[in-house]
Amino acid sequence: MSEKRPKVLAISSGGGHWVQLLRLRPAFEGCDVIYATVREGYREDVGQAEFRLIPDSNRWNKQALVRSAIAIFLLLLRERPEVVITTGAAPGYFAVRLGKWLGARVIWLDSVANAEEFSMSGVKSGGFVDLWLTQWPHLAGEGGPRFYGSVL
Amino acid sequence: MIFVTVGTDLPFDRMLKVIDAWARENGRRDVFAQIGEGGWEPEFIEFTHFLQPPEYSKRFNAATLIISHAGMGTILSALMYGKPILVMPKRASLGEHRSEHQVATARRMHELGNVNVAFDEAELRVRLDHLGELRPARRIGASASDELVRGLRDFIFSGRA
Repeated sequence: MSEKRPKVLAISSGGGHWVQLLRLRPAFEGCDVIYATVREGYREDVGQAEFRLIPDSNRWNKQALVRSAIAIFLLLLRERPEVVITTGAAPGYFAVRLGKWLGARVIWLDSVANAEEFSMSGVKSGGFVDLWLTQWPHLAGEGGPRFYGSVL
Repeated sequence: MIFVTVGTDLPFDRMLKVIDAWARENGRRDVFAQIGEGGWEPEFIEFTHFLQPPEYSKRFNAATLIISHAGMGTILSALMYGKPILVMPKRASLGEHRSEHQVATARRMHELGNVNVAFDEAELRVRLDHLGELRPARRIGASASDELVRGLRDFIFSGRA
């Protein structure tokens, strides 16, 4: 009896986004998970798990945005994950946007840093993601993101 | 050892200038700062622009106090390592960050008892002059809340949102 292992791409930019993504690891037990982020130095954080490096980007640098989007698109084509999950920011937005387009189920977990309003890329992702989450109960509500819990 | 960090992205000169002046006036040789790229360079305290993750962990472990921008990466690390942390929020209006969220992060994390906060340079100086009063928050485990993990697993395995 072989159990089906969902293929998950867990992707984020660096710093706090990555620290938060790592705290979700128990959610991926029993999955074939691939971690993707923007610094080679983060590789050892995931131990034996699959790790992919992607170029960093933010909305202040259009060229980097394009490079990042292309690299993420190629990564998605190669790996064809069934689920894409991100904690932000710009690279995470591309991953859920393009992942959704390629047929994956996609999750946006807005950073716990956004305690009083949603992030810009989080708002943009709200219209199409399958699971749209905030980490603050007071930001959840009808027509908005849901609250399940936080990384704390 | 006091470990100071401004995050991996934009510099945070306002915070560093206060810490550097305080360290010089008090002869504190036990302060080390990660200052990012392109900002002001401290004159008294030891610093580096960026730390690779293993070196960052080593500095974090050795520290008795963390002073940082109100970034969740550093705050979560302080809570995991059980270190007292003093944060000062970066302001997007001063070019220190891309969005104006750190004041809210700092306020909410302070309400939850997770951090000590200095909202501006004057408050930071007062906090530095009373460092003995800073205590670590309740230590957190290695992963997110059970509710969040369960919700994500439900979605991943059954498609239920």
